[in-house]
Amino acid sequence: MTSVAVRPIKVTRAALWRMRLQLSWRGLKTNWALFTENPIGLIGLGIIVFFGLLALLHPILMHTVWSPNIYDPVSGFDMQVPMSPSPPSPRHLLGTDPLGRDVLSQLMYSTRYEFGLGILSALITVIIATTVGAFSAYYGGIIDMFFMRLADLVIMVPLIPILIVLAAFNPVGMIELGIVIGLLSGFGGTTIVIKSQGLAVKVKPYIEAARIAGGGDFHIIFSHMVPNLMPLSLLYMMFVVTSAIFSEAVLSFFGLTQIKMSWGLMINTTQVFGYLLRFDTWYLLIPASLAITLLCAAFYFVGRALDEVVNPRLRRR
Amino acid sequence: MTNKEVLVDIKHLSKLFPMGSGMFQRSKVFVYAVSDVNLQIRKGESVGLVGESGCGKTTTGKLLTRLLNPTSGSVDFQTENGPVDIASLRGKAMKKFRRHVQMIFQDPYESMNPRLTINDTVAEPLNVQGIGSLVEREDRVVQLLESVGLTPASSFLFRYPHELSGGQRQRVAIARALVVGPDFVVADEPTSMLDVSVRTSVMQLMEDLGEKFGVTYLYITHDIAVARYMSDRLAVMYLGKIVELGDTEEVLHHPLHPYTKALLSAVPVPDPLHQREPVVIKGQVSKPINPLPRCRFYERCPLADKFCETHDHPPLEDQGAGHYVACYHI
Repeated sequence: MTSVAVRPIKVTRAALWRMRLQLSWRGLKTNWALFTENPIGLIGLGIIVFFGLLALLHPILMHTVWSPNIYDPVSGFDMQVPMSPSPPSPRHLLGTDPLGRDVLSQLMYSTRYEFGLGILSALITVIIATTVGAFSAYYGGIIDMFFMRLADLVIMVPLIPILIVLAAFNPVGMIELGIVIGLLSGFGGTTIVIKSQGLAVKVKPYIEAARIAGGGDFHIIFSHMVPNLMPLSLLYMMFVVTSAIFSEAVLSFFGLTQIKMSWGLMINTTQVFGYLLRFDTWYLLIPASLAITLLCAAFYFVGRALDEVVNPRLRRR
Repeated sequence: MTNKEVLVDIKHLSKLFPMGSGMFQRSKVFVYAVSDVNLQIRKGESVGLVGESGCGKTTTGKLLTRLLNPTSGSVDFQTENGPVDIASLRGKAMKKFRRHVQMIFQDPYESMNPRLTINDTVAEPLNVQGIGSLVEREDRVVQLLESVGLTPASSFLFRYPHELSGGQRQRVAIARALVVGPDFVVADEPTSMLDVSVRTSVMQLMEDLGEKFGVTYLYITHDIAVARYMSDRLAVMYLGKIVELGDTEEVLHHPLHPYTKALLSAVPVPDPLHQREPVVIKGQVSKPINPLPRCRFYERCPLADKFCETHDHPPLEDQGAGHYVACYHI
């Protein structure tokens, strides 16, 4: 071995990984700069952060200002309120629901579960869709055929009716709901999109270069295809969050879930007690509906803005 | 030259691509991308493979690196344990074989994973093959980057391909191909995507490194000037067949096959008063889809006659001094 120039870093596994982390941090900053160019993305992110703060604030308030007996989102009741539902007052900023529970507390309590549901289903979707998409794009043939026909099948059957049928057999909680939405979306449309991108990646010369280097199928799939599919997966993650929150709301509105409190359930309570289509009790319907709409829209906006980062053709410059 | 050991011995190599085959029906129509190619590449020489687009040059390169499996024929590669047929290698043996044969790709913008750093790209063959310790691998990467002229290597290690110019990328690709110490490198038009200004320096670099590391090249190109610069021997391909083979200068100065003559007459000459020889071939290059059993060049050949039509494609015949031509009329 001939003389080697001064190494930039001491060569250890850890040092190399630190270097890679630094580089990905730099890449993240560049992408952040691109992301912030788009006001839509920032609005979406702002709304998400706002709801995140709401979710975080709830346990803090419950432990400090709000007495659990009065403000508990499921079992709270305020003796000082003469009649439920009651309109907004300094004591209950968004009023109380027909059972005398604080609407603001319900709203804030539900937020964290909506986030949890969205993230769970999105993660399941992305893991399944990326793996299945990469494998069926790489191998083609019978594997590809099987998963693509399965995807057709899943797309063909609409999500909400399936969930209704499922709820009839089994009590559906937040976690079950997240898993089912994740599975259906992961084996459905998202896979097809990821696979079509995978077909484009598969024919790149660097895949052939990796094969000539001696890399096996798994090496090629996991070190070359998956990293190049990840940006698109991330994008679809956002859209899955939107669809998960929306499906939960619909299902809870029908009263088909075993969830203690959620935005959909708040609307369901309103409807059960006959306050749904009345303007004077707007404080029962509007907060939850607005929260669903805003959070769904926010994730969609972030997805749109990410699309511009991921997809160079959509960039303005 | 002739007494040197044969490194790669290509015997009756063919690759047929089926057309329009469905799930339940086997195709009856084939593209004869490479058909019955015979070529011996000796240790230390570089062979140029020239021809028009779609004549099977790249397919030949991919067959030699086993990116594609041959339909028939064999490629015997000389290793320390005697010759092995590339097509018969499986699993571990195949992986090991990859250390001996590497490839440099045409497009330096596409042949590197955009998400890997230069360090990871060049070190990938070493990592995959599990050669040496981590420190040894890093040293080897730095050594290779410096020998392809990317100095100081430390300023290139942790950059991404998109931060480099085309010439620099192709240098990285060369470093990556040579990092495992191969005996044989298939260079698939490595300079065709480069600026003319950096083309020569990259070619010079490949030649120097070939000598330094003892690498034998198969240089695939459509540019005769590049082939002349890079190769000791020249093989001219037409529709999946080698039609002329010989020492580069001999072939260029005394072309015998009508196709080679036409190809050479198409090379631009930097002289406005130069009288171009009339191009005698007619028509355009076609696809070799189920070709008739006659000379592949029959439709375009100025010398074609009844004999050519009724006889199969002519064999490569020695015209003396290792100059082979496949034509009945020479």
